[in-house]
Amino acid sequence: MAALTPISRKPFWLVALMVGGFGAFFGLFIGTSNGSGITGAIVGAALMVGLAWAYINLLKNEPVGRGITFAAFGIAGFAAGGLPTAILGALIGALGGWLIYWAYEGRYRAYLAPYLTWQQVLWHFGFRTICGVIFVFLITPILVVLPLSFNAQNFFTFTPEMLRFDPAGYSLKHYQDFFSNNEWQRSFKNSLIIAPIATIISVTLGTLAAIGLSQSHVPGRRAIMAILISPMIVPLIISATGMFFFYSQIGNWMEGSLGLDKNLVGYIKVVLAHAVLGIPFVIITVTATLVGFDRSLTRAAANMGADPVTTFFRVQMPLILPGVISGGLFAFITSFDEVVVVLFVGSASQKTLPWQMFTGLREQISPTILAVATILVVISIALLTTLEFLRRRSERLRGMSPS
Amino acid sequence: MKFTKTLMATTALTMVAGVAGAADMADEMTIVSWGGAYTASQMNAYHKPYMEKTGVNIISDDSSAEAVAKLRAMNEANNITWDVVDVVASDAMRLCDEGLALEIDPDTMLADAPDGTKASEDFGDLLVSECFIPQIVYSTTFGYRTDMVGDKAPTTVCDIFDLATYPGKRSLQKRPIDNMEWALYCDGVAKDDIYDVLGTDAGVDRALAKLDTIKDQVVWWTAGAETPQLLADGEVVMGSTFNGRLFSAIAEQNQPIGMLWDMQSFDLDGWIIPAGLSPERQARALDYVYFATDTQRLADQAKYISYGPARKSSAPLVGKHADLGIDMAPHMPTDPANAANVHLYDYSWWADNRDDLDAKFQAWLAK
Amino acid sequence: MSDIKTNGPVLAADGTPLKRSLARALRVEKTRALMLIAPLLIFVLISFIIPIVSMLFRSVDNRIVEDTMPYTVAALKTWDASSGALPDEPVYAALARDMKAAAEKKEHTRIGGRLNYEESGFSSLFRKTGRAAKKFDLDSGEPFKAKLIDIHKDWGKIETWKIMQTHSVDYTNGYFLNAVDMKRTPDGAQMQDDDKRVLLKLFGRTMWMSLVITGMCILLGYPVAWILANLPARQANLLMILVLLPFWTSLLVRTSAWKVMLQQQGVINDVLVWLGFIADDSRLIIINNATGTIIAMTHILLPFMILPMYSVMQTIQPSYLRAAKSLGATNWTAFWRVYFPQSIPGIGAGSILVFILAIGYYITPEIVGGNKGVFISNRIAYHISTSLNWGLAAALGSILLAAVLILYWAYDKIVGIDNVKLG
Repeated sequence: MAALTPISRKPFWLVALMVGGFGAFFGLFIGTSNGSGITGAIVGAALMVGLAWAYINLLKNEPVGRGITFAAFGIAGFAAGGLPTAILGALIGALGGWLIYWAYEGRYRAYLAPYLTWQQVLWHFGFRTICGVIFVFLITPILVVLPLSFNAQNFFTFTPEMLRFDPAGYSLKHYQDFFSNNEWQRSFKNSLIIAPIATIISVTLGTLAAIGLSQSHVPGRRAIMAILISPMIVPLIISATGMFFFYSQIGNWMEGSLGLDKNLVGYIKVVLAHAVLGIPFVIITVTATLVGFDRSLTRAAANMGADPVTTFFRVQMPLILPGVISGGLFAFITSFDEVVVVLFVGSASQKTLPWQMFTGLREQISPTILAVATILVVISIALLTTLEFLRRRSERLRGMSPS
Repeated sequence: MKFTKTLMATTALTMVAGVAGAADMADEMTIVSWGGAYTASQMNAYHKPYMEKTGVNIISDDSSAEAVAKLRAMNEANNITWDVVDVVASDAMRLCDEGLALEIDPDTMLADAPDGTKASEDFGDLLVSECFIPQIVYSTTFGYRTDMVGDKAPTTVCDIFDLATYPGKRSLQKRPIDNMEWALYCDGVAKDDIYDVLGTDAGVDRALAKLDTIKDQVVWWTAGAETPQLLADGEVVMGSTFNGRLFSAIAEQNQPIGMLWDMQSFDLDGWIIPAGLSPERQARALDYVYFATDTQRLADQAKYISYGPARKSSAPLVGKHADLGIDMAPHMPTDPANAANVHLYDYSWWADNRDDLDAKFQAWLAK
Repeated sequence: MSDIKTNGPVLAADGTPLKRSLARALRVEKTRALMLIAPLLIFVLISFIIPIVSMLFRSVDNRIVEDTMPYTVAALKTWDASSGALPDEPVYAALARDMKAAAEKKEHTRIGGRLNYEESGFSSLFRKTGRAAKKFDLDSGEPFKAKLIDIHKDWGKIETWKIMQTHSVDYTNGYFLNAVDMKRTPDGAQMQDDDKRVLLKLFGRTMWMSLVITGMCILLGYPVAWILANLPARQANLLMILVLLPFWTSLLVRTSAWKVMLQQQGVINDVLVWLGFIADDSRLIIINNATGTIIAMTHILLPFMILPMYSVMQTIQPSYLRAAKSLGATNWTAFWRVYFPQSIPGIGAGSILVFILAIGYYITPEIVGGNKGVFISNRIAYHISTSLNWGLAAALGSILLAAVLILYWAYDKIVGIDNVKLG
């Protein structure tokens, strides 16, 4: 994104205000942990303001100034408490050094519209800070728990060895357990079989029904909608027992009359049960996308000689695809993360990953479930970044300016 | 679309392959148990030798926690997919009451002891229900953090209620069973009178009043793995759980935890066979149970987990831990040193009063 | 216009009257719409609605009593409970006959268990009587009254018979009464004993806490959705990963993660103590209570709020805001009068999703909720899987379902279900 506003150096009092606040904030933390918060805040603010003054008036060399702050804070941290505090100190130093020049050079103004008042600028950054805090809330529990998958012990506890970064406190044994244990492997495979098929069923049927529902004259629309959304509303444990009866009978019939294999029938039962649970998500997303759909497009297509099937795949589908995909995503997660229904409807050969995790948590707390979670998180980060990378690449190839 | 098709084709292929692999279903049985280390011990002590001996393929299903509900549903749907199920004694009684489990005649259906003692005598009063074949004796007992109790380790169960000497949280199971008895016992009721007192409204109030004294300091658990985790975290100073879990935390994980055996509550875990199996499946299930509950097999299980075998004749055969090589006998709840003062939990009393007391207990918890 | 009136119906191009032609077109359109809906509707009806309805039907079904003890139920109809006298010999004879038949089919314990939900003691009464009943000789003509009372003294108590009579109807309101802390007694519906009243409180708590969680999700979700919708796609997509990552992570893992974070020796408390904000002996209690449930469930359900909001906000043109400002609106007015109303469908969709999902949750409250943070679903799960009192579980489930349907209906009236947008 190109800069919107030419930037200019700011007066020292403004820089002092910003870096002083920064220093006071971290000083408060360090101060309270050593006895007096207020002293810490004052010392921190003074230190930062002093540094800023020195850099601006004496040093006048940005890379060196930032390097010095980074190194000095890191070393101070190491002196205070070893490796963990050294990392913390270096981070604060890097941030502080960057902040001094960011404030002094007025860089914060560069990407904002030139007409904004200072209150609006303040709100702009204040709002971003609030959002940052919420993102931290979203992601911290996951980041905190993932290192525990390297725990050398079989508990969800940060051992003193782990906190000291002692290699003896870490181990890959839970990953080894995941890859060598048949139960984990089998349940992982089962989840990979069941979730995609269930998703395909609920997306196909759900999209068709949503298109039907979006027509203008559907008798009993409200009631139909309520019925289709009901799997989301009924408490899962009730659904699980209720569905158990139905699927047992279906299973008996398929095994008895159709002569299907017991295992295959087991999979069909779980897949169908999960498909039902995923349907409300597909219905809700796709009908919502269809509300904004311009009906004249299908008429135009028909006018030009396309048959309904062609119209659907070539005109309607591409336009509602985002809704279908996000509905599919919800449906996939519903199946991939579902434990209550599969406990009832499934049998041992259809044990899915959440089921295995559930018994793992009940019967022996073992960080193997965290190892699995870590692997899944890494895979999904890889997938999402690949998608983003492909999107940018296609943008570039099509000669669009990056959005 | 292309992607979808490929995906469907692949999955279809995988499923076909799965079916082909499991072509021979004739000699297969599903055994339900708790999962984790417990199923592993059964796998080593019972399943593997049985599979070797008979060629039957055993599938293990970790559904014991839902066994009661699922068996009832299976029975109503007339689709019983389980052959042998591992449950605790109180669940076995409930299943027996509901007509969901097969009644067992120990003398004709179970193996005699090596010296010819009849099974009914060898199991003795552990045969608490007509449908239940006891397998192990376990106990719900207390563990404490050795580094958090100072130099005065707790010696009696009543130390749980002693907040002055042992400040900090304690964990108890979220159900009235055991907790009510311990509360009355520590409130001065003689051990033999506990159930008489508990049978009255005043007795229930008295037990709850005693529990009230520590209510703010209690973390309630529902799954057996929780207390060891809480102890390992130092989140609680003492807590009740199954003795095998404590053994594993102490001996296998080297946690600073000590055992408090006083007033441990004996309970039983064992097999039931679902009612309504086809004759040949029932015969096979009985054959398995005959094999898996004989004297040697029960003693073998103790090599892998610290629960006491349910047969008197198995006790002398208990050996050393399979991996750690330590002597297992002193870690059994039935060991005389540990069983100096035990609480015998009255199954039939609880079968009658469980619903009633549970409602009162829940109301008390919500207060 | 007058021409049409006098010259008969308007004709379509093919010569049929326009009215009929339009009606036919409408019919074709309706049929086509229904054809598209039909496969799914039939699938959901058969594989979900029917099983669920038959499950919920258990909340009134009490036929087990008459099916197992037909003679006793018939004989008891003539007994006047208010007479103060025990039933006569025919009732006891009928009981003996039923008991013997039930014991042979091994059904006596099941009905004992059913009646034990109402009054403790029935389970052992029936088990003991059934064991003896197998040896009864029904044709001997000996008096069963004395014999039964001899087997178990409860048969000599009027209370026992009153309860039997009260619960010998085919369809009962007993489970529903139990579900709202009342009970069906010989003297009509009465409040449950004080020390057993818990369910109404749990219903209230479930509703209240679900509302708090929904509110928290709106509060935290709105800014995030706004920033995602207003940043350039490159940055927004990267930040989106931060929203999707928790969403992809297993519910069980996230719940365990909150346990690690919130407990007294957990990460949050450790950090606060290390920083010196709280003393080591006054660590915050933020788990095993309502706070723990609210924090963990807000985190777990937040993506369900952010995603619908985001997709709605993406469609709001930024030019509207600029237009409002250029017409003299302050920042706040522009947001509140122009932007916010357009984002309401997103809030609505997110709220209904979060609220409905919240009331049905039971695994998370079970793990982090202690005793002050559990929901009604936890009791439903207990009655399904442990106490086997499925009638009560079904009654609780029906009430919960009815509450959700009323909310759904109200939502449809106020916002319109069409405005629900999920992604």
